[in-house]
Amino acid sequence: MSGISRRRFLAASLAGCAATTLAGPKKALAAGSFEGYPDGMGVLVDLTRCIGCRSCEAACNKEQNLPAPDRPFDDKSVFDETFHGGKQKRRPDENAYTVVNRYSPDDSDRPLYRKVQCNHCNEPACLSSCFVNAYTKTKEGAVVYNSKVCVGCRNCMVACPFNIPGYSYSSAFDPVVKKCIFCHETRLKKGLPPACVDVCPQEALTFGKRKDLIKIGHQRIQTHPGRYLDHLYGEKELGGTSWMYLSPVAFDEVGFDPNPGNEPIINNVKDFLGTVPMVLAIWPAMFTGFHLLAKKKEHDEHNHDVEKQHDEEGGDQ
Amino acid sequence: MKSLIGWGAKPVDSHVNEKTDQQWSLFRKLMLGLTPGQYLGQALRNPFNWILGIIFAIGLPLIAYRFIFGLSVVTHGSNDYPWGLFLGFGLFAMVPLSASGFMLGTAVEIFGRHDFEPIERLALLNGLLGYLFAVIYLLVDLGQPWRLPYPMVVSFGPAAVLFLVAWHVATYLSVQVAEVSVSFFEWIGWLGGKRFIRRIALGLTVSGIILSTLHQGALGALFNYAPGKVHPLWYSASFQWIHFFCSSIPAGLCMVIAVSTVVKKTMAWRCDDNFKDNLDRCTLGLAKGASLALITYLAIKMIGVAHDNEWGYLATGWGAWFLFEMVVGVILPIILFAYAVRHQAVNLARVGAFVTIFGIVLNRLNTALIAFNWQLYQEVPHIFEVIIAVTIFAIYVVVYRFILYRLPIIFSWKEQPQEALAAQAARPAPIKTSTAPIGAMYRKID
Repeated sequence: MSGISRRRFLAASLAGCAATTLAGPKKALAAGSFEGYPDGMGVLVDLTRCIGCRSCEAACNKEQNLPAPDRPFDDKSVFDETFHGGKQKRRPDENAYTVVNRYSPDDSDRPLYRKVQCNHCNEPACLSSCFVNAYTKTKEGAVVYNSKVCVGCRNCMVACPFNIPGYSYSSAFDPVVKKCIFCHETRLKKGLPPACVDVCPQEALTFGKRKDLIKIGHQRIQTHPGRYLDHLYGEKELGGTSWMYLSPVAFDEVGFDPNPGNEPIINNVKDFLGTVPMVLAIWPAMFTGFHLLAKKKEHDEHNHDVEKQHDEEGGDQ
Repeated sequence: MKSLIGWGAKPVDSHVNEKTDQQWSLFRKLMLGLTPGQYLGQALRNPFNWILGIIFAIGLPLIAYRFIFGLSVVTHGSNDYPWGLFLGFGLFAMVPLSASGFMLGTAVEIFGRHDFEPIERLALLNGLLGYLFAVIYLLVDLGQPWRLPYPMVVSFGPAAVLFLVAWHVATYLSVQVAEVSVSFFEWIGWLGGKRFIRRIALGLTVSGIILSTLHQGALGALFNYAPGKVHPLWYSASFQWIHFFCSSIPAGLCMVIAVSTVVKKTMAWRCDDNFKDNLDRCTLGLAKGASLALITYLAIKMIGVAHDNEWGYLATGWGAWFLFEMVVGVILPIILFAYAVRHQAVNLARVGAFVTIFGIVLNRLNTALIAFNWQLYQEVPHIFEVIIAVTIFAIYVVVYRFILYRLPIIFSWKEQPQEALAAQAARPAPIKTSTAPIGAMYRKID
């Protein structure tokens, strides 16, 4: 008995050790504060400059070969659309990787427009939640998706703190996750700005290296202290994002989560992931030990009939 | 079936037909020893089968519809609520309700509580089927179900919690198949297989505990990816996985009480005396365990609220809903169990078990659906989604019943004389040989 359980115990311990070793490098990647690749690109969105012309939506639609929309891109009435009892404005979906929404904040005399798309996080929640590694953060800064391995579990959509990924629910045989990919294949890889930035007539979108954009953003705030809120949204939020925003009003007034925290989503699950090798290592010994203790007691009972009877009278305890 | 027994039919519980002294063929074993005509007759007489028939007539075409035209035609699955009822109920609620396998396995095999043996096999089967159908719910929900093995063989994302869930559910399913296969080997009469499983039973049980701890917890940790989306009262950054793991313990235990109650009511002819006579005692034992687990769960839920300082939310509407879940789903069963155990009121314990199950299912639905995206809007499942969920549950009931009718789960298989001899020959297991000297030693000292 003891020989067998020792062998089993050893085998289980070995399995635990192997799992710990395997989990090692991946955890190192997730640990610490990764600030993105040094040459990662990004876009700075200046809400004070956007006039809601929706040409970025049109450019994106063309670049990504998306289906034609119900209403043309110069139709401003889409700004009045709300969903779910007025609680929600338009959001990116399988037919639109980016949308522009209009807001009328209290502290602003004119409406503000905000472009929504994937923010291309430094430590993307979609990436870290994907169990088939369908997402990649490229060195250029884009978060891209591989539809060839996607199982369609939609955990990335649960995980995304910005509610970005859309899903082709209507497809029965090849449903995929659809979101902005920073025009990675067609433009970003070649050093070109994405189609939406290229087309913007107002220079509301500035393309460049992320680290330079951070400087530009703070410069603008410094030069025009009355014009901007002293906050570059996306510089630190959720571990930093490639797309960052400047706004004249509080960010919650233009549809942002005002306080998402600076921790990347992966930090929330790190503690749990850390317990996994511990459970694998501790449980086998602990429960085999319990088993041996229980066995011992039984044999004692076997030898002391009186005790056994007593136990039975006591009922189960 | 009851009336057939009244007319002298005897359900199969051994390899030999007592009337003819001949071995049952596999076909007759499948037919419960009845002729096809008798079998069909008893199936048609059972009104429950008619209800099932109606559910399948509506539900099965809908499932086909889903696979031909996509999720959008049967669910309200949206970009904001990617997970609906299939996962909210089918995965997040079915899995804790199936924790019974490892709970009873631990009690009997690890802690040596052989007084729970009459109900152990039912608990193991409940675990296996619950997991199996959680996977089936998942298959209906996945966009590309044929790629289910991808995380195992094609592309790995080992830093993802879902990766753990996938691996642990898959390995745990095979562990449970092995554990339940003992009954199957008895039924087909292959003793070698049974002996082999008995030999590795301890290893299987310990791996069952490991895998259950990790993936019951991992299901909770999945929500750690969505800290801003789940209402703070149902979200606990540090303890989410412990909350899920801990609540799976009463869920599993109460599911065994509930299932055994239904079994005793609806298929008493199939239960043997060992099962029937011990059921009340086992039920109270399980109720005692469940109440302790519920008290622990209540304590850690309160710690969760205190740890993140969420007391303020209790005064809101969401707080009222949270308190409803706690009072009805946790505190009420604790009181019921306490009273039942104190006064040996078995039926009250059974009521408590059903209430607990309601509470756990409510908790999982709250976390995955109701309190999810609480700042956005409320998702109401599509009627087809509800029908499909009910249909799969009905299939689960049918498979459950199919197995309980045939395999020796709630009755024991009568061994043939030569098998009994073979079993006896195999019995001097290492346990006795190694401990005999110790026993002798004690006697000397005494």
